[in-house]
Amino acid sequence: MRPTRYARSEVLTGYLFLAPLVLILMLFCVYPVVYSVVLSLHRIVLSLPGLGERFVGLHNFAEFFEDPVALDSLRTTFIFVGASTALEMVFGLFIALVINESFRSRSLVRAAILIPWAIPTVIASQMWRFAFNDQYGVVNLLLFGSHVTLYKAWLASPFWALSAIILADVWKTSAFAALIILAGLQSIPDELYEAAKIDGANAGQRFFGITLPLLKPAILVALLFRTMDAFRVFDLVFVMTQGGPGDSTDVLQFYGYKTMFTEGLVGYGSAISIVVFLLVFAVSLLYVKLIGTSLLGRREATA
Amino acid sequence: MRRSPGERLTLVLAIAVGMLFSIAPVLWFATIAIKSRIEITAIPPSLFPREISFEAIQAAIHRYGLMMFVKNSLIVAGSTTIVCVFVGAFAAYALARIRLRFSRALLIAILAVAMFPQISIAGPVWRILRTLGWLNTYQGLIIPYLALTLPLTVWILANFFKELPGELEEAAKVDGAGPFQTVTKVFIPLAAPGIFTAAILTFIYSWNEFFFALLIMTRRKMQTLPVGIALFPGAYTMPWGEIAAASTIATIPLIVLVVLFQRWIISGLTAGAVKG
Repeated sequence: MRPTRYARSEVLTGYLFLAPLVLILMLFCVYPVVYSVVLSLHRIVLSLPGLGERFVGLHNFAEFFEDPVALDSLRTTFIFVGASTALEMVFGLFIALVINESFRSRSLVRAAILIPWAIPTVIASQMWRFAFNDQYGVVNLLLFGSHVTLYKAWLASPFWALSAIILADVWKTSAFAALIILAGLQSIPDELYEAAKIDGANAGQRFFGITLPLLKPAILVALLFRTMDAFRVFDLVFVMTQGGPGDSTDVLQFYGYKTMFTEGLVGYGSAISIVVFLLVFAVSLLYVKLIGTSLLGRREATA
Repeated sequence: MRRSPGERLTLVLAIAVGMLFSIAPVLWFATIAIKSRIEITAIPPSLFPREISFEAIQAAIHRYGLMMFVKNSLIVAGSTTIVCVFVGAFAAYALARIRLRFSRALLIAILAVAMFPQISIAGPVWRILRTLGWLNTYQGLIIPYLALTLPLTVWILANFFKELPGELEEAAKVDGAGPFQTVTKVFIPLAAPGIFTAAILTFIYSWNEFFFALLIMTRRKMQTLPVGIALFPGAYTMPWGEIAAASTIATIPLIVLVVLFQRWIISGLTAGAVKG
């Protein structure tokens, strides 16, 4: 039976081609997550090796919900995620509408708008950190000019420090949201606008009657992607505030990092990291469900 | 469509606002790099440099070892990109062109893996690398980066390969090409735009990544640009001119990439997100 033999060797080739990918992902993604779960069930304190690695069940998770700093950082994370993603959708929609228009040098404008997305987050963080500097920063200069006495120490105030981090995130990632919304915009047929124009609808009516409703799926996808990413915020906090002042900008991934790598509380730190994992996982389930019900209204690309 | 004068004015204003929002902060930070130390620490500060000074750029290069960070970043991001595209192309070929029972499940699993928060794998990855003796080595950073960048690459390339005509394998076989050559000699060249897109996105990702670089590269000599710039030493006052200089130099390659390949970047990012 030649055809089956051929097919079998083909299947073998397929698995061979997949092997490096599967190996890397198993060893450096799947196994580590499982290992993190195991670690989160143990008490491991690096500075006290005499304790060994004792199994403590869900104790670390119970500790999480009694740890005021952890709960505070959970709250801060939610505020950050909510505020930054909401603003990113607004700015993203605005940018998408602009770069969807046709005009001369549009590709240059598109490139310019992608620059915040392309530069390293660490660099964006240093830039905004200096922009918000209490003495030499451009924010104070633009707001108060030479009235030096009015200059504010933005990053020393809990409210303004968190706001500054949110602003930096919005600046950095709105372009990404814009690109996804742009893909949605391009799938709206021109005839709809033509017909609405003939019916005498003005620009505002066309926007709220056609554009916004038809963009809902794209905005939702952008929102979910940004939400998953926002839960993982780290670089901005590390560079701009180190979680301070006090613990006012201490987001979960940063708190987990500090607990695990600075304080050496490997078990508890792993429990925090699993909480972050579960939060992101919940959002990604939502995403998979959305795609599954093909809310996007397009054929699934995977066969 | 013709625009009325009002519409045109709105559009011009909107473009101006968008541009200002996106690039004004970067340009302002770049001016810090060419200000003199005295001007940087003047109170009140000035918006534009009164005179151009290269002392910050020189100090960043000579005193803070900027080129060492650039070299490390080039090695890590370059190797990650090459290996990722190569491994990704074969995997994508298997997923897109060979009937395998688990290919759909595998594609979804790959997408799920791409969503793992770094912190949830950081501790174990660090332990694995320590066991292997790979902390503070290039491969110790490149391999985790491969794990983080392969999902999007496979996703983009599988979509590209699927669009190619069905007779390609037959034709390659008639010409005497084995499966390996079918991928390297037929599919990779034909999917050049996809390969290119995946390569650019992988490069940008690994050039910019900070979290793992911070954990794995604790020795200064091995650190990449983001770690170097984040941990810029400053005893009492921050060396802002040097930080701005290093940042600007680290940003230039990315601006070049974005200006040249904007179209590919946009198609790649939306393929990863929308085509689910």
